[in-house]
Amino acid sequence: MKRGLFATIAVYAGVVLFLTVTLVPILWMVLISVSASSELTVKPLHFIPSHIDWSHYASLLSFEVNGPGHAFILALRNTLATALTATAISLCVAIPAGWAFSRSNGRFDGLLYIVLATYMMPAVALLLPLYLLLASLGLLNSITGLILVYCSVLTPFVTWFVKSAFDGVPEEIEHAALIDGVSYFQLIRHISLPLAKSGIATAALFAILLAWDEFFYALLFTATSDAKTLSVTIADFAGGRATDFGLIAAAGLLTALPPVLIAVVLQRALVSGLTAGGVKG
Amino acid sequence: MSDRGRDVTKPASIFKQKSPSRPGLPSFWLLLAPLLIVMIAIVAYPFMQTIILSFTDAKLLSGFSKSHWIGFENYGFALTDPDFLAALKRTLYFTATSVGFEAVLGIGVGLLLNQEFYGRTFCRALLVLPWALPTIVNALMWRLIYHPDFGGLNAALTQPGLMENYRSWLGEESSAMNAIIVADVWKNYPIVALIVLAALQNAPKELYEAAKLEGANAWACFKVVTWPAIVAPLGVALVLRSIEALKVFDIIFVMTRGGPASSTKTISFFVYQESFGFNRVGSGASYALITVLVAMVFVGFYVRMLKQSGAQS
Repeated sequence: MKRGLFATIAVYAGVVLFLTVTLVPILWMVLISVSASSELTVKPLHFIPSHIDWSHYASLLSFEVNGPGHAFILALRNTLATALTATAISLCVAIPAGWAFSRSNGRFDGLLYIVLATYMMPAVALLLPLYLLLASLGLLNSITGLILVYCSVLTPFVTWFVKSAFDGVPEEIEHAALIDGVSYFQLIRHISLPLAKSGIATAALFAILLAWDEFFYALLFTATSDAKTLSVTIADFAGGRATDFGLIAAAGLLTALPPVLIAVVLQRALVSGLTAGGVKG
Repeated sequence: MSDRGRDVTKPASIFKQKSPSRPGLPSFWLLLAPLLIVMIAIVAYPFMQTIILSFTDAKLLSGFSKSHWIGFENYGFALTDPDFLAALKRTLYFTATSVGFEAVLGIGVGLLLNQEFYGRTFCRALLVLPWALPTIVNALMWRLIYHPDFGGLNAALTQPGLMENYRSWLGEESSAMNAIIVADVWKNYPIVALIVLAALQNAPKELYEAAKLEGANAWACFKVVTWPAIVAPLGVALVLRSIEALKVFDIIFVMTRGGPASSTKTISFFVYQESFGFNRVGSGASYALITVLVAMVFVGFYVRMLKQSGAQS
Protein backbone atom coordinates (compact mmCIF):
# COMPACT_ATOMS: atom_id res chain seq x y z
CA MET A 1 0.00 0.00 0.00
CA LYS A 2 1.33 3.45 -0.90
CA ARG A 3 1.71 5.89 1.94
CA GLY A 4 2.34 9.60 2.11
CA LEU A 5 5.36 11.04 3.88
CA PHE A 6 3.27 12.24 6.79
CA ALA A 7 1.71 8.81 7.28
CA THR A 8 5.12 7.15 7.16
CA ILE A 9 6.45 9.49 9.85
CA ALA A 10 3.36 8.78 11.96
CA VAL A 11 3.86 5.01 11.63
CA TYR A 12 7.51 5.18 12.66
CA ALA A 13 6.70 7.50 15.55
CA GLY A 14 4.12 4.94 16.68
CA VAL A 15 6.66 2.13 16.38
CA VAL A 16 9.22 4.01 18.46
CA LEU A 17 6.60 4.67 21.13
CA PHE A 18 5.54 1.02 21.10
CA LEU A 19 9.14 -0.19 21.43
CA THR A 20 9.84 2.24 24.28
CA VAL A 21 6.77 1.36 26.30
CA THR A 22 7.29 -2.37 25.82
CA LEU A 23 11.03 -2.59 26.32
CA VAL A 24 11.93 0.06 28.89
CA PRO A 25 10.29 -1.60 31.93
CA ILE A 26 11.82 -4.98 31.09
CA LEU A 27 15.26 -3.59 30.27
CA TRP A 28 15.27 -1.65 33.51
CA MET A 29 14.49 -4.86 35.41
CA VAL A 30 17.39 -6.55 33.60
CA LEU A 31 19.68 -3.66 34.60
CA ILE A 32 18.57 -3.90 38.24
CA SER A 33 19.25 -7.62 38.25
CA VAL A 34 22.90 -7.08 37.27
CA SER A 35 23.53 -4.06 39.50
CA ALA A 36 25.34 -4.28 42.81
CA SER A 37 22.85 -3.92 45.68
CA SER A 38 24.57 -0.81 46.99
CA GLU A 39 24.03 0.98 43.68
CA LEU A 40 20.27 0.48 43.80
CA THR A 41 19.65 2.47 46.94
CA VAL A 42 21.19 5.81 46.08
CA LYS A 43 19.48 9.08 45.30
CA PRO A 44 19.39 10.24 42.60
CA LEU A 45 19.03 6.84 41.01
CA HIS A 46 21.54 5.75 38.38
CA PHE A 47 19.85 3.79 35.66
CA ILE A 48 23.04 2.33 34.21
CA PRO A 49 25.14 0.31 36.67
CA SER A 50 28.85 1.16 36.87
CA HIS A 51 29.74 -2.51 36.45
CA ILE A 52 27.94 -5.79 35.76
CA ASP A 53 27.35 -7.74 38.96
CA TRP A 54 26.14 -11.32 38.63
CA SER A 55 25.96 -11.95 42.37
CA HIS A 56 22.14 -11.98 42.50
CA TYR A 57 21.95 -14.75 39.93
CA ALA A 58 24.79 -16.59 41.64
CA SER A 59 23.05 -16.52 45.01
CA LEU A 60 19.74 -17.65 43.48
CA LEU A 61 21.35 -20.62 41.79
CA SER A 62 23.46 -21.79 44.72
CA PHE A 63 21.90 -24.29 47.07
CA GLU A 64 23.13 -22.75 50.29
CA VAL A 65 20.92 -23.70 53.24
CA ASN A 66 18.61 -20.83 54.32
CA GLY A 67 19.92 -18.62 51.54
CA PRO A 68 17.63 -17.23 48.84
CA GLY A 69 18.91 -19.88 46.43
CA HIS A 70 17.64 -22.64 48.69
CA ALA A 71 14.08 -21.28 48.63
CA PHE A 72 14.27 -20.49 44.93
CA ILE A 73 15.53 -23.86 43.75
CA LEU A 74 13.05 -25.79 45.90
CA ALA A 75 10.27 -23.56 44.54
CA LEU A 76 11.43 -24.25 41.01
CA ARG A 77 11.26 -27.98 41.76
CA ASN A 78 7.76 -27.62 43.23
CA THR A 79 6.52 -25.54 40.30
CA LEU A 80 7.91 -27.97 37.74
CA ALA A 81 6.47 -30.98 39.58
CA THR A 82 2.98 -29.50 39.98
CA ALA A 83 2.77 -27.95 36.52
CA LEU A 84 4.00 -31.04 34.67
CA THR A 85 2.07 -33.63 36.68
CA ALA A 86 -1.19 -31.69 36.66
CA THR A 87 -0.82 -31.16 32.91
CA ALA A 88 -0.17 -34.88 32.33
CA ILE A 89 -3.20 -35.93 34.38
CA SER A 90 -5.39 -33.37 32.64
CA LEU A 91 -4.29 -34.65 29.23
CA CYS A 92 -5.14 -38.26 30.17
CA VAL A 93 -8.62 -37.14 31.13
CA ALA A 94 -9.09 -34.63 28.32
CA ILE A 95 -8.01 -36.76 25.36
CA PRO A 96 -10.83 -39.33 25.46
CA ALA A 97 -13.34 -36.67 26.51
CA GLY A 98 -12.18 -34.19 23.87
CA TRP A 99 -12.47 -36.85 21.18
CA ALA A 100 -15.97 -37.78 22.32
CA PHE A 101 -17.05 -34.11 22.30
CA SER A 102 -15.57 -33.65 18.85
CA ARG A 103 -17.29 -36.72 17.36
CA SER A 104 -20.64 -36.41 19.09
CA ASN A 105 -21.93 -33.93 16.54
CA GLY A 106 -23.15 -31.46 19.13
CA ARG A 107 -25.01 -34.01 21.22
CA PHE A 108 -23.03 -33.11 24.35
CA ASP A 109 -22.74 -29.39 23.68
CA GLY A 110 -24.54 -28.58 26.92
CA LEU A 111 -21.91 -30.46 28.88
CA LEU A 112 -19.13 -28.91 26.81
CA TYR A 113 -20.26 -25.39 27.64
CA ILE A 114 -20.54 -26.30 31.31
CA VAL A 115 -16.90 -27.44 31.11
CA LEU A 116 -15.96 -24.11 29.54
CA ALA A 117 -17.89 -22.10 32.11
CA THR A 118 -16.07 -24.05 34.83
CA TYR A 119 -12.74 -22.88 33.50
CA MET A 120 -13.98 -19.28 33.55
CA MET A 121 -15.27 -19.53 37.11
CA PRO A 122 -13.33 -17.49 39.68
CA ALA A 123 -11.10 -19.60 41.92
CA VAL A 124 -12.90 -18.28 45.00
CA ALA A 125 -15.93 -20.40 44.04
CA LEU A 126 -14.10 -23.61 44.96
CA LEU A 127 -11.50 -22.22 47.33
CA LEU A 128 -13.02 -23.03 50.71
CA PRO A 129 -14.26 -26.60 50.10
CA LEU A 130 -10.97 -27.46 48.39
CA TYR A 131 -9.15 -26.10 51.43
CA LEU A 132 -11.30 -28.19 53.77
CA LEU A 133 -10.86 -31.23 51.50
CA LEU A 134 -7.06 -30.94 51.48
CA ALA A 135 -7.05 -30.36 55.23
CA SER A 136 -9.10 -33.50 55.86
CA LEU A 137 -6.83 -35.55 53.58
CA GLY A 138 -3.69 -34.13 55.21
CA LEU A 139 -2.62 -32.69 51.86
CA LEU A 140 -2.25 -29.03 52.79
CA ASN A 141 1.25 -27.79 52.04
CA SER A 142 2.02 -30.75 49.77
CA ILE A 143 2.78 -31.01 46.07
CA THR A 144 0.17 -33.78 45.75
CA GLY A 145 -2.55 -31.55 47.14
CA LEU A 146 -1.61 -28.72 44.83
CA ILE A 147 -1.63 -31.06 41.82
CA LEU A 148 -5.13 -32.19 42.74
CA VAL A 149 -6.33 -28.59 42.95
CA TYR A 150 -4.62 -27.57 39.72
CA CYS A 151 -6.43 -30.38 37.90
CA SER A 152 -9.69 -28.55 38.63
CA VAL A 153 -8.34 -25.60 36.64
CA LEU A 154 -6.42 -27.39 33.90
CA THR A 155 -8.79 -30.22 33.00
CA PRO A 156 -11.67 -28.07 31.69
CA PHE A 157 -9.20 -25.85 29.84
CA VAL A 158 -7.30 -28.72 28.22
CA THR A 159 -10.53 -30.53 27.28
CA TRP A 160 -11.69 -27.48 25.37
CA PHE A 161 -8.41 -27.24 23.43
CA VAL A 162 -8.13 -30.96 22.74
CA LYS A 163 -11.67 -30.97 21.39
CA SER A 164 -10.70 -28.28 18.87
CA ALA A 165 -7.59 -30.25 17.92
CA PHE A 166 -9.69 -33.34 17.13
CA ASP A 167 -12.15 -31.18 15.18
CA GLY A 168 -9.32 -30.65 12.74
CA VAL A 169 -8.84 -34.38 12.08
CA PRO A 170 -10.91 -35.46 9.07
CA GLU A 171 -13.42 -38.16 9.94
CA GLU A 172 -12.80 -40.03 6.67
CA ILE A 173 -9.43 -41.25 7.97
CA GLU A 174 -11.14 -42.63 11.05
CA HIS A 175 -13.81 -44.32 8.90
CA ALA A 176 -11.12 -46.27 7.08
CA ALA A 177 -9.60 -47.47 10.35
CA LEU A 178 -12.98 -48.50 11.73
CA ILE A 179 -13.67 -50.55 8.63
CA ASP A 180 -10.53 -52.43 9.57
CA GLY A 181 -12.27 -53.24 12.82
CA VAL A 182 -10.18 -51.40 15.42
CA SER A 183 -11.72 -50.45 18.75
CA TYR A 184 -12.37 -46.85 19.69
CA PHE A 185 -9.50 -46.97 22.13
CA GLN A 186 -7.12 -48.18 19.39
CA LEU A 187 -8.60 -45.65 16.99
CA ILE A 188 -7.81 -42.74 19.29
CA ARG A 189 -4.44 -44.12 20.31
CA HIS A 190 -3.09 -44.95 16.85
CA ILE A 191 -4.99 -42.78 14.37
CA SER A 192 -6.61 -39.66 15.83
CA LEU A 193 -3.98 -38.81 18.43
CA PRO A 194 -0.97 -38.76 16.07
CA LEU A 195 -2.97 -36.63 13.62
CA ALA A 196 -3.99 -34.13 16.30
CA LYS A 197 -0.65 -34.14 18.08
CA SER A 198 0.43 -30.56 17.30
CA GLY A 199 -2.87 -29.20 18.62
CA ILE A 200 -2.59 -31.34 21.72
CA ALA A 201 1.01 -30.28 22.30
CA THR A 202 -0.19 -26.67 22.14
CA ALA A 203 -2.86 -27.44 24.73
CA ALA A 204 -0.22 -29.00 26.99
CA LEU A 205 2.06 -25.95 26.71
CA PHE A 206 -0.83 -23.62 27.51
CA ALA A 207 -1.67 -25.75 30.53
CA ILE A 208 1.93 -25.50 31.76
CA LEU A 209 1.78 -21.71 31.34
CA LEU A 210 -1.44 -21.59 33.31
CA ALA A 211 -0.05 -23.67 36.17
CA TRP A 212 3.23 -21.72 36.17
CA ASP A 213 1.31 -18.46 36.57
CA GLU A 214 -1.10 -19.69 39.28
CA PHE A 215 -0.86 -17.80 42.56
CA PHE A 216 -4.13 -17.77 44.51
CA TYR A 217 -4.39 -21.48 45.38
CA ALA A 218 -0.65 -21.80 45.91
CA LEU A 219 -0.66 -18.85 48.30
CA LEU A 220 -3.39 -20.32 50.47
CA PHE A 221 -2.62 -24.05 50.27
CA THR A 222 1.14 -24.01 50.80
CA ALA A 223 3.23 -22.72 53.67
CA THR A 224 6.84 -23.90 53.44
CA SER A 225 9.43 -24.70 50.79
CA ASP A 226 8.09 -28.29 50.79
CA ALA A 227 5.35 -27.12 48.44
CA LYS A 228 5.61 -23.37 47.83
CA THR A 229 5.70 -22.57 44.14
CA LEU A 230 7.80 -19.95 42.36
CA SER A 231 5.03 -17.36 42.21
CA VAL A 232 4.51 -17.50 45.98
CA THR A 233 8.23 -17.61 46.71
CA ILE A 234 9.14 -14.56 44.63
CA ALA A 235 6.19 -12.68 46.12
CA ASP A 236 7.75 -13.52 49.52
CA PHE A 237 11.10 -12.10 48.39
CA ALA A 238 9.36 -8.81 47.69
CA GLY A 239 7.34 -8.87 50.89
CA GLY A 240 10.28 -9.46 53.21
CA ARG A 241 11.54 -6.58 55.31
CA ALA A 242 15.09 -6.58 54.03
CA THR A 243 14.25 -6.21 50.38
CA ASP A 244 17.05 -6.61 47.93
CA PHE A 245 15.82 -5.14 44.65
CA GLY A 246 18.50 -6.84 42.60
CA LEU A 247 17.54 -10.22 43.99
CA ILE A 248 13.84 -9.62 43.31
CA ALA A 249 14.55 -8.61 39.73
CA ALA A 250 16.83 -11.57 39.09
CA ALA A 251 14.34 -14.03 40.61
CA GLY A 252 11.52 -12.49 38.56
CA LEU A 253 13.47 -12.73 35.32
CA LEU A 254 14.48 -16.34 35.93
CA THR A 255 10.84 -17.20 36.73
CA ALA A 256 9.68 -15.46 33.55
CA LEU A 257 12.17 -17.19 31.27
CA PRO A 258 10.36 -20.54 30.67
CA PRO A 259 6.91 -18.99 30.04
CA VAL A 260 8.41 -16.38 27.69
CA LEU A 261 10.14 -19.11 25.68
CA ILE A 262 6.90 -21.12 25.53
CA ALA A 263 4.93 -18.05 24.47
CA VAL A 264 7.30 -17.28 21.60
CA VAL A 265 6.78 -20.83 20.33
CA LEU A 266 3.02 -20.52 20.77
CA GLN A 267 2.53 -17.12 19.19
CA ARG A 268 0.41 -18.34 16.31
CA ALA A 269 -1.69 -20.78 18.30
CA LEU A 270 -2.26 -18.12 20.93
CA VAL A 271 -4.63 -16.12 18.80
CA SER A 272 -6.60 -18.91 17.22
CA GLY A 273 -6.93 -20.62 20.58
CA LEU A 274 -8.42 -17.62 22.31
CA THR A 275 -10.87 -16.43 19.69
CA ALA A 276 -13.68 -18.17 17.92
CA GLY A 277 -11.11 -20.18 15.97
CA GLY A 278 -10.91 -22.39 19.01
CA VAL A 279 -14.45 -23.56 18.36
CA LYS A 280 -14.23 -23.82 14.65
CA GLY A 281 -11.06 -25.89 14.81
CA MET B 1 -8.78 -57.18 10.23
CA SER B 2 -6.29 -57.78 7.48
CA ASP B 3 -8.75 -58.90 4.87
CA ARG B 4 -10.61 -55.80 3.86
CA GLY B 5 -12.36 -57.28 0.86
CA ARG B 6 -14.32 -59.79 2.87
CA ASP B 7 -15.71 -57.51 5.52
CA VAL B 8 -16.25 -54.36 3.57
CA THR B 9 -19.98 -54.71 2.99
CA LYS B 10 -20.89 -55.55 6.54
CA PRO B 11 -19.44 -52.55 8.42
CA ALA B 12 -20.47 -50.27 5.60
CA SER B 13 -24.09 -51.17 6.15
CA ILE B 14 -23.76 -50.53 9.86
CA PHE B 15 -22.12 -47.20 9.15
CA LYS B 16 -25.04 -46.13 7.06
CA GLN B 17 -27.21 -46.13 10.13
CA LYS B 18 -24.59 -44.53 12.33
CA SER B 19 -21.76 -42.28 11.27
CA PRO B 20 -18.61 -44.43 11.38
CA SER B 21 -16.42 -42.58 13.82
CA ARG B 22 -19.39 -41.69 15.98
CA PRO B 23 -19.72 -44.39 18.54
CA GLY B 24 -23.00 -45.22 20.24
CA LEU B 25 -24.04 -43.66 23.51
CA PRO B 26 -22.46 -46.23 25.86
CA SER B 27 -19.03 -45.70 24.31
CA PHE B 28 -19.43 -41.96 24.56
CA TRP B 29 -20.17 -42.08 28.25
CA LEU B 30 -17.19 -44.39 28.74
CA LEU B 31 -14.89 -41.88 27.04
CA LEU B 32 -16.36 -39.01 29.02
CA ALA B 33 -16.28 -40.90 32.33
CA PRO B 34 -12.81 -39.77 33.53
CA LEU B 35 -13.70 -36.14 32.84
CA LEU B 36 -17.03 -36.48 34.60
CA ILE B 37 -15.37 -38.05 37.64
CA VAL B 38 -12.81 -35.23 37.85
CA MET B 39 -15.44 -32.55 37.27
CA ILE B 40 -17.78 -33.95 39.90
CA ALA B 41 -15.08 -34.64 42.50
CA ILE B 42 -13.08 -31.42 42.36
CA VAL B 43 -15.44 -28.96 40.70
CA ALA B 44 -19.15 -29.70 41.05
CA TYR B 45 -19.05 -31.17 44.57
CA PRO B 46 -16.87 -28.38 46.03
CA PHE B 47 -19.08 -25.82 44.31
CA MET B 48 -22.17 -27.32 45.98
CA GLN B 49 -20.33 -27.14 49.28
CA THR B 50 -19.55 -23.48 48.73
CA ILE B 51 -23.26 -22.87 48.24
CA ILE B 52 -24.11 -24.75 51.43
CA LEU B 53 -21.32 -23.02 53.39
CA SER B 54 -22.67 -19.63 52.38
CA PHE B 55 -25.85 -20.35 54.38
CA THR B 56 -23.94 -21.27 57.55
CA ASP B 57 -21.78 -19.63 60.18
CA ALA B 58 -18.91 -22.10 59.59
CA LYS B 59 -15.43 -21.26 60.86
CA LEU B 60 -12.21 -22.12 59.06
CA LEU B 61 -10.73 -24.67 61.44
CA SER B 62 -13.89 -26.53 62.39
CA GLY B 63 -15.29 -26.54 58.86
CA PHE B 64 -18.74 -28.04 58.55
CA SER B 65 -18.71 -29.90 61.86
CA LYS B 66 -19.70 -27.09 64.23
CA SER B 67 -21.63 -24.88 61.87
CA HIS B 68 -25.25 -23.76 62.00
CA TRP B 69 -27.70 -23.03 59.24
CA ILE B 70 -28.39 -19.32 59.29
CA GLY B 71 -30.31 -18.83 56.07
CA PHE B 72 -29.64 -15.70 54.06
CA GLU B 73 -27.96 -13.86 56.93
CA ASN B 74 -24.52 -13.85 55.25
CA TYR B 75 -25.97 -12.46 52.05
CA GLY B 76 -27.97 -9.86 53.92
CA PHE B 77 -24.82 -8.84 55.72
CA ALA B 78 -22.72 -8.75 52.55
CA LEU B 79 -25.19 -6.73 50.52
CA THR B 80 -25.70 -4.12 53.24
CA ASP B 81 -22.02 -3.89 54.14
CA PRO B 82 -20.80 -0.53 52.79
CA ASP B 83 -17.21 -1.85 52.69
CA PHE B 84 -18.17 -4.75 50.48
CA LEU B 85 -20.29 -2.57 48.21
CA ALA B 86 -17.36 -0.18 47.93
CA ALA B 87 -15.15 -3.13 46.97
CA LEU B 88 -17.70 -4.20 44.37
CA LYS B 89 -17.71 -0.71 42.91
CA ARG B 90 -13.91 -0.67 42.95
CA THR B 91 -13.78 -4.01 41.14
CA LEU B 92 -16.14 -2.74 38.45
CA TYR B 93 -14.04 0.42 38.13
CA PHE B 94 -10.89 -1.67 37.76
CA THR B 95 -12.56 -3.91 35.17
CA ALA B 96 -14.13 -1.13 33.10
CA THR B 97 -11.03 1.07 33.11
CA SER B 98 -8.42 -1.57 32.40
CA VAL B 99 -10.49 -3.37 29.76
CA GLY B 100 -11.38 0.01 28.20
CA PHE B 101 -7.72 0.99 27.85
CA GLU B 102 -6.85 -2.50 26.64
CA ALA B 103 -9.46 -2.11 23.89
CA VAL B 104 -8.14 1.26 22.74
CA LEU B 105 -4.47 0.26 22.88
CA GLY B 106 -5.22 -3.16 21.43
CA ILE B 107 -6.92 -1.65 18.38
CA GLY B 108 -4.26 1.04 18.01
CA VAL B 109 -1.27 -1.28 18.24
CA GLY B 110 -3.04 -3.93 16.16
CA LEU B 111 -3.53 -1.38 13.38
CA LEU B 112 0.03 -0.11 13.74
CA LEU B 113 1.62 -3.56 13.46
CA ASN B 114 -0.54 -4.25 10.41
CA GLN B 115 1.25 -1.43 8.54
CA GLU B 116 4.39 -2.08 6.56
CA PHE B 117 7.61 -0.87 8.18
CA TYR B 118 11.15 -2.07 8.88
CA GLY B 119 11.30 -4.39 11.87
CA ARG B 120 7.65 -5.40 11.75
CA THR B 121 8.34 -9.08 12.41
CA PHE B 122 10.45 -8.17 15.42
CA CYS B 123 7.74 -5.87 16.80
CA ARG B 124 5.09 -8.55 16.40
CA ALA B 125 7.25 -11.05 18.27
CA LEU B 126 7.89 -8.47 20.96
CA LEU B 127 4.16 -7.96 21.47
CA VAL B 128 3.90 -11.33 23.15
CA LEU B 129 6.56 -10.49 25.75
CA PRO B 130 4.47 -8.54 28.31
CA TRP B 131 1.67 -11.08 28.01
CA ALA B 132 4.08 -13.95 28.71
CA LEU B 133 5.52 -12.43 31.89
CA PRO B 134 3.94 -14.25 34.83
CA THR B 135 1.42 -12.03 36.65
CA ILE B 136 3.51 -12.01 39.81
CA VAL B 137 6.68 -11.04 37.96
CA ASN B 138 4.80 -8.19 36.27
CA ALA B 139 3.49 -7.05 39.64
CA LEU B 140 7.00 -7.12 41.15
CA MET B 141 8.43 -5.23 38.20
CA TRP B 142 5.90 -2.42 38.54
CA ARG B 143 6.37 -2.34 42.29
CA LEU B 144 10.04 -1.62 41.65
CA ILE B 145 9.14 1.01 39.07
CA TYR B 146 6.73 2.74 41.47
CA HIS B 147 9.01 2.45 44.52
CA PRO B 148 8.72 5.70 46.51
CA ASP B 149 12.47 6.09 47.14
CA PHE B 150 14.40 4.11 44.55
CA GLY B 151 11.81 3.50 41.83
CA GLY B 152 12.46 4.15 38.18
CA LEU B 153 9.37 6.27 37.63
CA ASN B 154 10.22 8.88 40.25
CA ALA B 155 13.78 9.08 38.97
CA ALA B 156 12.69 9.27 35.34
CA LEU B 157 10.21 12.08 36.08
CA THR B 158 12.32 14.20 38.42
CA GLN B 159 15.72 13.99 36.71
CA PRO B 160 14.59 15.85 33.55
CA GLY B 161 12.49 18.15 35.75
CA LEU B 162 9.04 16.88 34.81
CA MET B 163 8.12 16.51 38.48
CA GLU B 164 9.31 18.36 41.60
CA ASN B 165 9.20 15.78 44.37
CA TYR B 166 9.15 12.02 44.65
CA ARG B 167 5.71 10.49 44.99
CA SER B 168 4.57 7.30 46.67
CA TRP B 169 2.53 6.04 43.74
CA LEU B 170 1.24 2.95 45.51
CA GLY B 171 1.09 4.57 48.94
CA GLU B 172 -1.40 7.30 48.14
CA GLU B 173 -5.10 6.57 47.96
CA SER B 174 -5.54 8.85 44.98
CA SER B 175 -3.05 7.09 42.73
CA ALA B 176 -2.72 3.47 43.94
CA MET B 177 -5.61 1.95 41.96
CA ASN B 178 -4.72 3.75 38.75
CA ALA B 179 -1.07 2.76 39.14
CA ILE B 180 -2.17 -0.88 39.34
CA ILE B 181 -4.41 -0.40 36.29
CA VAL B 182 -1.42 0.87 34.29
CA ALA B 183 0.55 -2.25 35.25
CA ASP B 184 -2.37 -4.51 34.37
CA VAL B 185 -3.00 -2.81 31.02
CA TRP B 186 0.69 -3.01 30.11
CA LYS B 187 0.65 -6.77 30.56
CA ASN B 188 -2.75 -7.54 29.09
CA TYR B 189 -3.38 -5.21 26.15
CA PRO B 190 -1.02 -7.27 23.90
CA ILE B 191 -3.45 -10.17 23.78
CA VAL B 192 -6.16 -7.83 22.50
CA ALA B 193 -3.70 -6.38 19.96
CA LEU B 194 -2.70 -9.87 18.79
CA ILE B 195 -6.33 -10.80 18.25
CA VAL B 196 -7.05 -7.55 16.38
CA LEU B 197 -3.94 -8.08 14.26
CA ALA B 198 -5.01 -11.60 13.34
CA ALA B 199 -8.47 -10.33 12.37
CA LEU B 200 -6.95 -7.57 10.24
CA GLN B 201 -4.83 -10.08 8.35
CA ASN B 202 -8.00 -11.97 7.48
CA ALA B 203 -9.81 -8.82 6.30
CA PRO B 204 -10.44 -8.82 2.54
CA LYS B 205 -7.79 -6.64 0.82
CA GLU B 206 -9.99 -6.02 -2.24
CA LEU B 207 -12.42 -4.09 -0.09
CA TYR B 208 -9.70 -1.58 0.84
CA GLU B 209 -8.81 -1.12 -2.82
CA ALA B 210 -12.46 -0.68 -3.71
CA ALA B 211 -12.96 1.85 -0.92
CA LYS B 212 -9.86 3.77 -2.09
CA LEU B 213 -11.18 3.89 -5.64
CA GLU B 214 -14.44 5.28 -4.35
CA GLY B 215 -12.37 8.04 -2.80
CA ALA B 216 -13.05 7.07 0.80
CA ASN B 217 -10.87 8.76 3.42
CA ALA B 218 -9.04 6.88 6.16
CA TRP B 219 -11.89 7.17 8.66
CA ALA B 220 -14.46 5.88 6.17
CA CYS B 221 -12.15 2.96 5.33
CA PHE B 222 -11.88 2.13 9.00
CA LYS B 223 -15.64 2.30 9.55
CA VAL B 224 -16.68 0.31 6.49
CA VAL B 225 -13.88 -2.22 6.09
CA THR B 226 -11.69 -2.49 9.20
CA TRP B 227 -14.25 -2.28 11.98
CA PRO B 228 -16.57 -5.01 10.64
CA ALA B 229 -13.54 -7.31 10.28
CA ILE B 230 -12.33 -6.89 13.86
CA VAL B 231 -15.50 -6.35 15.85
CA ALA B 232 -16.42 -10.00 16.53
CA PRO B 233 -13.01 -11.28 17.66
CA LEU B 234 -12.47 -8.03 19.58
CA GLY B 235 -15.74 -8.65 21.42
CA VAL B 236 -14.64 -12.14 22.43
CA ALA B 237 -11.27 -10.83 23.60
CA LEU B 238 -12.81 -8.06 25.70
CA VAL B 239 -15.32 -10.38 27.35
CA LEU B 240 -12.48 -12.78 28.22
CA ARG B 241 -10.46 -9.91 29.64
CA SER B 242 -13.45 -8.70 31.67
CA ILE B 243 -13.87 -12.14 33.26
CA GLU B 244 -10.18 -12.13 34.19
CA ALA B 245 -10.32 -8.55 35.50
CA LEU B 246 -13.36 -9.20 37.70
CA LYS B 247 -11.47 -11.85 39.66
CA VAL B 248 -8.31 -9.77 39.98
CA PHE B 249 -6.25 -10.69 43.03
CA ASP B 250 -2.60 -11.60 42.33
CA ILE B 251 -1.35 -8.28 40.99
CA ILE B 252 -3.03 -6.33 43.80
CA PHE B 253 -1.81 -8.72 46.47
CA VAL B 254 1.78 -8.18 45.41
CA MET B 255 1.58 -4.46 44.69
CA THR B 256 -0.49 -3.10 47.59
CA ARG B 257 -2.20 -5.92 49.55
CA GLY B 258 -5.44 -4.00 49.11
CA GLY B 259 -4.11 -0.78 50.65
CA PRO B 260 -3.65 2.04 51.30
CA ALA B 261 -6.79 2.36 53.42
CA SER B 262 -8.58 -0.34 51.40
CA SER B 263 -8.38 1.80 48.27
CA THR B 264 -7.36 -1.16 46.10
CA LYS B 265 -9.32 -3.89 47.89
CA THR B 266 -11.39 -5.83 45.33
CA ILE B 267 -14.09 -8.44 45.92
CA SER B 268 -11.66 -11.37 45.66
CA PHE B 269 -9.80 -9.75 48.55
CA PHE B 270 -12.93 -9.81 50.66
CA VAL B 271 -13.28 -13.56 50.18
CA TYR B 272 -9.62 -14.03 51.07
CA GLN B 273 -9.74 -11.81 54.12
CA GLU B 274 -13.09 -12.98 55.48
CA SER B 275 -12.13 -16.66 55.13
CA PHE B 276 -8.45 -16.73 55.98
CA GLY B 277 -7.98 -13.49 57.91
CA PHE B 278 -11.10 -13.61 60.10
CA ASN B 279 -11.73 -17.37 59.70
CA ARG B 280 -15.39 -16.76 58.82
CA VAL B 281 -15.70 -19.37 56.08
CA GLY B 282 -19.49 -19.18 55.84
CA SER B 283 -19.51 -15.47 55.27
CA GLY B 284 -16.50 -15.79 52.92
CA ALA B 285 -18.45 -18.30 50.84
CA SER B 286 -21.30 -15.84 50.38
CA TYR B 287 -18.81 -13.21 49.13
CA ALA B 288 -17.37 -15.85 46.81
CA LEU B 289 -20.75 -16.67 45.30
CA ILE B 290 -21.60 -13.02 44.73
CA THR B 291 -18.27 -12.77 42.86
CA VAL B 292 -19.16 -15.85 40.82
CA LEU B 293 -22.56 -14.41 39.97
CA VAL B 294 -21.04 -11.20 38.62
CA ALA B 295 -18.47 -13.15 36.60
CA MET B 296 -21.09 -15.54 35.26
CA VAL B 297 -22.96 -12.70 33.55
CA PHE B 298 -19.86 -12.21 31.41
CA VAL B 299 -19.31 -15.95 30.96
CA GLY B 300 -22.86 -16.10 29.59
CA PHE B 301 -21.98 -13.39 27.04
CA TYR B 302 -18.83 -15.29 26.08
CA VAL B 303 -20.59 -18.62 25.53
CA ARG B 304 -23.27 -16.89 23.46
CA MET B 305 -20.67 -15.19 21.28
CA LEU B 306 -18.82 -18.47 20.74
CA LYS B 307 -22.05 -20.25 19.83
CA GLN B 308 -22.91 -17.53 17.33
CA SER B 309 -19.50 -17.59 15.65
CA GLY B 310 -19.68 -21.40 15.63
CA ALA B 311 -23.05 -21.26 13.90
CA GLN B 312 -21.76 -18.87 11.26
CA SER B 313 -18.87 -21.06 10.17
